[in-house]
Amino acid sequence: MNRKLLISCEEATSICNKNQYGEASMWDKIRLGLHSLGCVHCKTYSTQNNILTKLMGNHSNSCSNSGHLTDEDKTELEDNLSGKLKK
Amino acid sequence: MSNPKKHTLDPNKWIVLYADYLFNYAIVRVDDHDLAKDLVQETFYSGLKGMANFRGQASERTWLISILKRKIIDHYRKINSIKGKKEVRVNFYADGDNKGSWMEERVPESWGNNAEKKIENEELKTALDECIENLPEKYRIVFMLKTVQNYETEEICNELDITASNLWVIIHRARQQLRRCLEDNWFKK
Repeated sequence: MNRKLLISCEEATSICNKNQYGEASMWDKIRLGLHSLGCVHCKTYSTQNNILTKLMGNHSNSCSNSGHLTDEDKTELEDNLSGKLKK
Repeated sequence: MSNPKKHTLDPNKWIVLYADYLFNYAIVRVDDHDLAKDLVQETFYSGLKGMANFRGQASERTWLISILKRKIIDHYRKINSIKGKKEVRVNFYADGDNKGSWMEERVPESWGNNAEKKIENEELKTALDECIENLPEKYRIVFMLKTVQNYETEEICNELDITASNLWVIIHRARQQLRRCLEDNWFKK
């Protein structure tokens, strides 16, 4: 484990990203909190990252995974496969 | 003990029986209709070629899925090794006294006080979709699996044959790029 208490902006944003999925450790969160106290840019980044997460939450409710195989798709698969079967 | 049933293969029925199943399996993971279709096609081809290796221990469907899984990993390997010009620009100084600090010109700008309130907006969703489209494929696939499909880190690592630290670097870059893209194309306007 990385024992360093003070972290860089790059490390802070990286922890912030992990935290969006609830996968930052307690120690990481403490370091991120401490860093953000003194760093306005990373604080802004965190706020915006949270907004992005919320947006993605809405996104997953609204999108239905680009569809299914159409009949044409299946005919195409069928044709290609039977071409190979005959060989 | 009863004799385990010996499974057999019948390629003539593959499309009818498994095309949809395989396609659904693939589309969730690659989030692209044509690519998913191609992967299914290749799975059937490889299945045909490898029929002699089928020992009848697994069902036909399980056997085909295992081929498809391999195809997805192969595809991911391929795109993961491409260094395209769409590669994310760095936001932090790589060395010197400021190592790891925000580069001046890459600093996140304020999105305004009511940014939170503006998120229930159809146009913003379209802007976000476009930003996601613009992510390099290798980032998009991992980001979508993690964020939209809510896959566990370990699951994604297995599916795509990458390490956890690899995954977090990708998520890190994807989120940085998305943040930037939303700022440029939406909040600044």
